Formats: sequence, C-alpha cells, structure tokens
Amino acid sequence: MSADIDTIMKKYRSGKREDMIPLLQEIQDENGYLSEEIIVKIGRFTGLSTTKIYGLATFYDQFRFFPAGRITIKICHGTSCFLNGSQAVINKIREETGLVSGQTSRDGLLSYEIVTCMGGCNHGPLINVNGNYYPGVKPEQIPELLGKLRYILESD
Amino acid sequence: MLFTIQVNNKKIRAEKGETILSALNRNGIIIPTLCRMKDFSPTGACRMCVVEVEGRDRLVTACSQPVEEWMKINTHSPRVLTARKTNVELLLSNHPDDCLYCDKNTNCELQRLAGELNIRERRIRAKKIKPRLDQSSPAIIRELSKCIICGRCVRVCEEVVTATSIDFIYRGSRIHVGPAMDRDFNFSSCINCGQCVLVCPTGALHEKHNISEVQEYLNNPAFMKVIQYSPVVPAGIAEELGVKYSRDFDKTLNSVLRKIGFEKVFASGTGTDLFIREMAEQLKEQVENGRDTIFISACPAWIKYAEQFMPEIIPMLSTVKCPQQITGSLIKTLVADQAGLKPEKIFSVSATPCTAMKFEARRDGMMRKGISDIDSVLTVRELGRLIRLYGIDVTNSDSEQADSPMEGFSSSAALSEITGGLAESIVRSFSYAEYKKEVDKQYFKKIRSGGSFREALIPVEQYQIRVAVIDGLAGLEKLKQSIDAGNKYHLVEVMACPGGCINGAGMPFRNQKDDRKNLAKLIYQADENDAIGLPEKSPVLINLYEKLIKENEEISDKKIFHTHYIKRNVLL
Repeated sequence: MSADIDTIMKKYRSGKREDMIPLLQEIQDENGYLSEEIIVKIGRFTGLSTTKIYGLATFYDQFRFFPAGRITIKICHGTSCFLNGSQAVINKIREETGLVSGQTSRDGLLSYEIVTCMGGCNHGPLINVNGNYYPGVKPEQIPELLGKLRYILESD
Repeated sequence: MLFTIQVNNKKIRAEKGETILSALNRNGIIIPTLCRMKDFSPTGACRMCVVEVEGRDRLVTACSQPVEEWMKINTHSPRVLTARKTNVELLLSNHPDDCLYCDKNTNCELQRLAGELNIRERRIRAKKIKPRLDQSSPAIIRELSKCIICGRCVRVCEEVVTATSIDFIYRGSRIHVGPAMDRDFNFSSCINCGQCVLVCPTGALHEKHNISEVQEYLNNPAFMKVIQYSPVVPAGIAEELGVKYSRDFDKTLNSVLRKIGFEKVFASGTGTDLFIREMAEQLKEQVENGRDTIFISACPAWIKYAEQFMPEIIPMLSTVKCPQQITGSLIKTLVADQAGLKPEKIFSVSATPCTAMKFEARRDGMMRKGISDIDSVLTVRELGRLIRLYGIDVTNSDSEQADSPMEGFSSSAALSEITGGLAESIVRSFSYAEYKKEVDKQYFKKIRSGGSFREALIPVEQYQIRVAVIDGLAGLEKLKQSIDAGNKYHLVEVMACPGGCINGAGMPFRNQKDDRKNLAKLIYQADENDAIGLPEKSPVLINLYEKLIKENEEISDKKIFHTHYIKRNVLL
C-alpha cells in the first residue's frame, strides 16, 4: 500500500499547494481513506503542516478519514430528491443503523453518506449501494434492503 | 500620487494604491473592522468594513478595495449600517450570552461592535453551538462556542508564529478552528506562545487561569507563599490597572503583593542575571574552543518549537533553564533552607508576561524529587485580576524592597524582555567578566531593531562575536538561509513573540503597539542611566554567586540551573 502512495506522491514531486487536492484524491482512491499516517506522510513530502492538510481535506465532503464500510450507501439529498421525500429515507436509515452520515458501523460492514446530487433527479429519492442505483426508495423499504445486504455479506 | 475622492458628500485626499479603509482612517472616518489585522494582507472575510460605492451594485469591503479616482463613497448610509448590523446580529445569533462570565468581558471586540451598532435585542435566533471546551493545554483554552471564525488566530499561527498548529476544520455550520486531526491542544504542535490569544476578538481563546489555585494556597497557613515577577510585569500591571508607569512602581508592586498575602516577593530579574552569567560562561567556552552555535534557551515557546520542528539543533540549545525556572529552583532550595522549611511547604508563584511559561513550569526536568520549581504561573492579566480581587489600591501603596536573596537585578535583566536584549546582555557580560571592559553600545544597534532577522558582529578584545537575533519565529527562515550560505554564528537569540516579552501573550489586551514602543524606550533609557548595568555589578548576584550558592551544598555544583530537551512527537 505505502509503495503505491509513494509512487503517487512522486508524480506530484514539486509538492505545491495547488496540487494538494488531486494528490489527496488519488491517494484516497488508492487507499480508500486518508489515515493520520498518510496525512503525516503527505505533510513531510510537501513540507506543509498536517493541520493545513487536514483543514483542507475536511473542507470537502469527498475525503474520508476512516475506512468506509463494506457496504456504502449514498443517499441523494439534492433539491429534487429532497422534494420527493429523501429526508424520510435518511431518517429511517439513521434510525435503523444508529449511524450519523459519514460514520462507519463498528463491525465495519456499513456506512452511509448524504450527497447532494447523483444526476437521477427524475427518480428520487435516489440511493446508491456500492455503485448500484435504487430509484424511488420509500422509507419502509429500508429495513428489508438493509437486511438483505447484511445477509449477503454475512453469508460471504 | 494624491487625488481627491468624494466621501459622504465631502472631498478627501486619497493616495493611489492605498485601500479605501486607509484613506478613510487618515481622514478621520472610522470604519468598524473585525477580521482585519494590522500588518497583514486583508482577507475581506468578515464584511464588517463594507461601504457603498456609487455605481457599484454591491457593497465593497473597504479593507481590501483599492481607492480609485472616480469613487463616490458612502460610509454610513442606511444600507451600509443595516448590512453591518445584520453581520453582527448573525454572529451573535448562536453566540453564548455569557459575557458576564467571559474572559474577554469589556475587552471583547464583538461586544464593542454590538454596542457601536446599537444592537439591543436578539433579532436572529440560531441553534447555539454546543460548548466544546478544550482545556487540555496547560497554557491556552479553546472555547469553540465563542469562536466567530474570523480566522485571525489561524493567520497569526501560520504567518507570524509559523507553527501552523491551527486551521479551519470542516466547513459551513460544522466549521471550527482546531489542530490537526481535530485533536486537542495537548497533542498538537502548539507552542503555547499565545499570539492567537492576543488577536482573538472574542473569548474563544484565552489563557488557562491559575487564580483560584493561587487563592486556595494563599489561604492555607501550612504553606509559605512566595511570588516572583519578571522585570516587565510592573509595567504590565500599571497598564492593566490604568496607572502611569514609572520605575518606582516596581517597589509599589512589592508592597501590593505582600498585601495580597505573599510572604516573600522576589524578582525573576535576579534569575535573569544568573541566566546571563551562565550563558556568558557558555559563550566564553564557545568563543575560546570553537564549539557549535549556542541557541539561547530563555523563550519557552521557542524551545518547544525547536524540539518539534528542528530536532537537529537540540544539542546546540543552551542547557540553562529559563530565568523563571532558575529563580524557582533557588526558591525551593536556597530560600527553603534559609526559612528552615521543606521545599514542598513552599508554594511558589511566578508572574510573567508569557503564556508559554505555564507550560514551561510543567516541563519534564523542571522538578526535583517530585517537587516542582514553580507551582503556579500567572500572566500579567491574571495578576491584575488578583490585585483587583483583593481590593488593593495601587496608587496608595508603600514602596518596599523585594526580599533577599533575590531582591534586585541589573538593567541587563530588564533589557532581556525586549528582542535582542538577551544576546546583548550576554555579550556585554562576557566582555566585562573576561576583560573588565564594556562593549560600545553602538555595536548592538543592529540587533536592537531591524526586522525579524538581525545580525551583528561585535568585537570583544581579539574576538569577533557573531550574533543573530530572531524577532518572531518567521525570522528562522532567514537564519536557515544564512546558515546554509555558510555563515556561522556564535550566539543565536530567538524570541517567539515579535518584539520580545514586552509583547508577550500574558500582557494586557487593550494595548496599542505604540505603548509597548514607549515601554521599550523606557527600558533602553534605564539601561543608559542605571548604575547597575551588568549582572557582574549587581550586589544581589555577587552575593548569590560568591556566597550563597557556594555555601549551599545542594546547589553549589549549579546543576539545578540546567535542564535537558527532547525531540517531541507531535503532529507537525
């Protein structure tokens, strides 16, 4: 893992501030999230303070600081999905999982996050589970969906 | 090039290239500002300084907009005033209304703005931020609920202190200021210099209070209560309490402190003299035997900075403890012996203009056998508060001497409160001790002022002593460049706070920079006129050195004046 990160960093060897976002993006794609270790490493490489890197990364929703769950659910909270009742879906997921958006469950199975638009505005509320889209989700469908996903993972 | 612009239907003269704000201020028109800091480039973030420019749809920020010839400006039109008022109202919408209990009460810029803009009710209500209190640092408290995200602390930490320990974390409604990985201060690279405390417009950042601890011990008859204060404290107290300062005030402060209940009052300046003497010894060895550069170790913020960011220079840091700790260790040995008390029965307080000293007193190596040299550290502001609490009228107090054996100090010790002063004093002391000659003061001109990096070549007999002085840690970059270019220094003084201890984070808030310049002038003047200009001439130090320390078996080897440093593992 760390060898790959080194190769990525070498591509940005100037270590300029303006390269920071693409660098972070590429490293997150490789590693799945930005760990403290990685942030320290980037800091040493670029000569920037870890405080600055962490501050910058937290500004954007796209960066994670702990591993995502094996199932990651993205719930659209854009204008159209919101009007179609995405808040109720979010509430239901929160209730069922006991997690806040961005958190990962303790067993590492599940995480969910709220995103602003996934480009399926006529299908709201839209959710995305590990890359698969589920259009027109109703809150009452959530328990069954989560149960199914858990079952698949556990029988893996 | 000067030209005329129209402001509020009057003509004023403006200069090409300056901002609207500076043109207005020069012409006696005051515009409120919040995120603006003197000597920093403007950010235009808080939008408190908005003005109306005819022909522009939107209000413009006076702090960042350059003034132009065609401009017709309205500084206090209804639209402008409403905008400013709404800005403050929005800042207040989630602000905890605990001004009475707040550290910054009466010194708060938000409070002042709310008053100036005549805000008398809460018009906009928002969900209050759950108070998150970071009390983990021994020096600085972070109260996030009071933070208004002006970003001054972030900029000072990055641009002046260069530690970059704090930044904005998250954004929007979740935004807050904090160290890397959203940790608390004790895990961060914060060096406790407190420059952020000085610039914070509200009470979101303030020093950790030790007043109640001190009060508790003051009422405990089982302890001997001892206080020491550093040379700049009397001036700071005078400023804090609104009295005019003269050198006699030092003696007044002695009696004031005794009235509070301190049984012994010592001058940390004696410790500074001792520090200068010890350093002069090290300089002598260095000059004669060509050792590595010596970095002066008097500034605790700089020490932590070096341990974190420049571990390679730790061997070059002088091992001499800072003056406060030297005085403290003498109190717990010499004074304890003289009083016939066990050192743990002495409660030793130090009053300083510094917040990092609160950290310094708790350092590893600052205690022996589990007894710390200093038990509690008060900033000037806290001491001022203590004096007010005990209802003491400083204008109606006697002049008294401090207590033996640390009752006085040379003007060199006072000089050390200004950047460049310590390096100067050490070279002077070296010259006088070795050759009984005083160095011509004109050689020190270059290190007394002149930017964040200063250097000078000072002739002492056959030696040419190369001295570098860093005024504010931003100057370290230039030092590095200079060393990389092959320059070698005998002595390097680093002060974390620009200007030195007189601009320390423990000094009173309501200062104008000019006040401190006057204070510096006063200290230089005193240095010119004082009969005791050098530690070697101070009878107090001679007595200590020649008699008391030699006679005391525990400290005669002077080991207690030295400490050690370690590389620190923090998130940089």
